[in-house]
Amino acid sequence: MNQPDYEFLRKLLRDKSGLDLSSDKQYLIESRLHPLARKAGLPGLGELVQKLKDGNGGLTSQVVEAMTTNETFFFRDKVPFDHFREAIVPELLKARASRKSMRIWCAAGSTGQEPYSLAMCLKEMGAALSGWRVEIIATDLSQEVLEKSKAGLYSQFEVQRGLPIQLLVKYFKQVGELWQINADLRAMVQHRQLNLLHDFSQLGTFDVIFCRNVLIYFDQDTKINIFGRLAKLMEPDGFLVLGAAETVVGLTDVFKPLAERRGLYRPSGTVAAKAPALGMLQKMATMAAR
Amino acid sequence: MEVKTCLVVDDSSVARKIARRILEEIGFNVIEAEDGEQALEACKASLPEAILLDWNMPVMDGYDFLGNLRGMPGGDQPKVVFCTTENDIDHISRALHAGANEYIMKPFDKDIVSAKFQEVGLIAEAMSAASA
Repeated sequence: MNQPDYEFLRKLLRDKSGLDLSSDKQYLIESRLHPLARKAGLPGLGELVQKLKDGNGGLTSQVVEAMTTNETFFFRDKVPFDHFREAIVPELLKARASRKSMRIWCAAGSTGQEPYSLAMCLKEMGAALSGWRVEIIATDLSQEVLEKSKAGLYSQFEVQRGLPIQLLVKYFKQVGELWQINADLRAMVQHRQLNLLHDFSQLGTFDVIFCRNVLIYFDQDTKINIFGRLAKLMEPDGFLVLGAAETVVGLTDVFKPLAERRGLYRPSGTVAAKAPALGMLQKMATMAAR
Repeated sequence: MEVKTCLVVDDSSVARKIARRILEEIGFNVIEAEDGEQALEACKASLPEAILLDWNMPVMDGYDFLGNLRGMPGGDQPKVVFCTTENDIDHISRALHAGANEYIMKPFDKDIVSAKFQEVGLIAEAMSAASA
């Protein structure tokens, strides 16, 4: 791919999704967009870029989706789910004992492995949660990815990475060559399309936010802004879970890390003081909405 | 750290070769058997920490081998991971009921073997993350 085409795609992705590719990610673009070009009947990426320049809105959103879809698997990284079982849920069981409800947001829900892993954790806790209303909201930029999540259908490969065999037997049904997560677990997860650059305050208030492996793609100002807005819709005693390569440290003090639990953060109660660059963000959101 | 041994039981030499390569990469000493009977002999000589077990084999299949193994003195010790083309829920349930610790549906790759071995505590998390 030539440099001008690469720069064009970089800028397009940054404007539309906030995805901040460094200057050496040609291979990533090539591996993700070649199949898309072929599907569109185009011989190569040069022609794809030309179509995008001609203003093909449908193709633009396909490019954004292809580039922002991340690999995911059940119980990815394990540790966050240990936090969820051992720290987050036990504490909320106490703190919310009177209202018996809890709201969880998977901010990069992708193809469903993360929200369904949380749903399985909750099911495994059984009686402790009986009579509780637990909502899991899974959002993603990509409609195609959300449709897959809603269907809850996974290949044999996908169900063998991270998912213990006992949980497969317990919570999945075989459908031809695929495996489908059971209807009662699917019913625990609500799906919404959402761009984190846009206003998301309409989602309501959350006790737990999983926002893993998505902020790594954003530039610093955008990260700071998103942290500020996440803090605003989180309960003061809620929990934020970030990916293994992510942190708030050095970026914002609206969340503080829990020393003994890697990747787990809580609001620090300084929400009102911090949320810069919103004007710029709204501008980007308006552009992306066009 | 002491090197753990994995017994690979499969009548296909190709399958054994692929498994050996993956297991050696994740730090195991590998021994091989072509059927359940050979595998039982190997276990009587010395119990391995892990067994990667095919289902359909001549002489003695993997299911019968597992029953025999679990009945042996010390036979509850090895972690047994089935690795077979039998990929329906009935086979998986039978295997778990007979004492299998994990179950791999063929075809498999290094990611799957690492994930499953991590699941049963045969390798540490950091190791499989490093190999991913």
